[in-house]
Amino acid sequence: MKRFLSRTLPLLMVLIFGVLGAIQYFVPHKVSQVYYRTILTWSIGVSSMAVIMAAISFLRYHYKKIMSSEGDTLYSSIALVAFLAMLGFGAFGTDKGSLFYQFYQNIFVPINSTMFSLLAFYMASASYRAFRAKTFEAALLLTAAIIVILGTTPVGSSIFLDKVTMWIMSIPNLAQKRGILIGVGLGATATSLKIILGIEKNWLGG
Amino acid sequence: MAKFDISNIDRRWIYITILLGALLPLFVPITFAPKISPEVKAVYDYIDKLPPGSVILLSFDYGPSTLPETEPMAEDIMKHAFINGVRVIGISLTEEGALLALKAYSNVVKEFENYGTIRVNYGYDFVFLGYKSGRQAVILSIGEDIRKTFPTDYQGTNIDDIPMMFNVKNYKDISLVVDISSTNTPNDWITYAYSRYKVPVAVGVTAVLAANYYPFIQTGQIIGLIGGVKGASEYEYLVNQKIQSNWGMKPKRIPAMRNMSALTVAELLIVLFIILGNIGYFSQKGNKRR
Repeated sequence: MKRFLSRTLPLLMVLIFGVLGAIQYFVPHKVSQVYYRTILTWSIGVSSMAVIMAAISFLRYHYKKIMSSEGDTLYSSIALVAFLAMLGFGAFGTDKGSLFYQFYQNIFVPINSTMFSLLAFYMASASYRAFRAKTFEAALLLTAAIIVILGTTPVGSSIFLDKVTMWIMSIPNLAQKRGILIGVGLGATATSLKIILGIEKNWLGG
Repeated sequence: MAKFDISNIDRRWIYITILLGALLPLFVPITFAPKISPEVKAVYDYIDKLPPGSVILLSFDYGPSTLPETEPMAEDIMKHAFINGVRVIGISLTEEGALLALKAYSNVVKEFENYGTIRVNYGYDFVFLGYKSGRQAVILSIGEDIRKTFPTDYQGTNIDDIPMMFNVKNYKDISLVVDISSTNTPNDWITYAYSRYKVPVAVGVTAVLAANYYPFIQTGQIIGLIGGVKGASEYEYLVNQKIQSNWGMKPKRIPAMRNMSALTVAELLIVLFIILGNIGYFSQKGNKRR
């Protein structure tokens, strides 16, 4: 029974819904449309449940970490307190002026922005150290990078580097992106087929 | 005193230089009139040509980490729409985007109040339906019936009680979808909203993501692209010109153009450091040969 619930049933459901999902796309019949709308409603519901599962998983992980006193218990405590506090504030509304909104705008937003803006410093240091024309390919990449960086600035635009940047983005960049996209598309189709047909089972875990 | 080695500058000097370079334009305002790129102009022209009363759907799919790039885009799209009498439905497919959408909207309302020319009314010109999980399913579901996807707005008001939603059922009633994003949500809008329901899609993304969407411009799957601070400053410039020509006043709030100045200095410094690093590398190589 346990094997049926954990392996056979999910595989069966994926097969049935996968095949039906593919068929309904090409069938404009009323039954097909009703099925499609029902599945959409269910998908949104299942996604909402996934958010709840993520929250529970988050709580369990940090609670266990604090209880076992292993590693960064302080950080786990902060994470738990922050999570529960925001959950509590959210219960009283998320409108402008609410505690939830104020905490979000005045604590979360600046923290998040600060973390991201640190990248500028690391990028500058890393590009100084690593971006060196050691080979022909590296020199080519370096030249393209400098042109694109300058081309996106008003200084670069004034010496027509914006046109060269546009050419790089629209021709060589587009060509390689399109190749990658086609590859990803074919790969996704193959993987989806393997999942639907039960050949690929890694997503079941365990 | 230690000898200065151009190939091995202490990273602390690099950090200080970048910090000062990025701060300077924020304190000493230097703004550059941007050259408008065709992909940004395409988005502007499309919205500009929409008849008053049209509805656009604006998806706020960005987080706080990319605010300097994405927030001005969202604000300028809203400003442009409101100036033209185009109504805006706001939604968010990312958890972080919902509260940032409200902030962007209130910034626009405040700015318009300062102009004193037109009044933006919630429920008539703008409605925010909030965040809904299940990205692809949400996009597809709007194509069937927006009421089933979002039965209420973010405040809990029934969607049927919101005047601007009276005649909006699905994408057939929406003239354009604009996705302002710091993630890969534009892929979903293109794949599901454009491909299945043929609703025109415009994209505003961070500079890092912009390169990914050029193939979709050429194929016509998106009508245009606003990429990073550069794209945002171009759009802001166009909207400000419109405000100036319509109402004869020069907007004082120019976040994207101000950010562009800081970015320009920082980028020039990065290029300078790359050049210095290479000079150091080649001089070292020359010394070794000798």
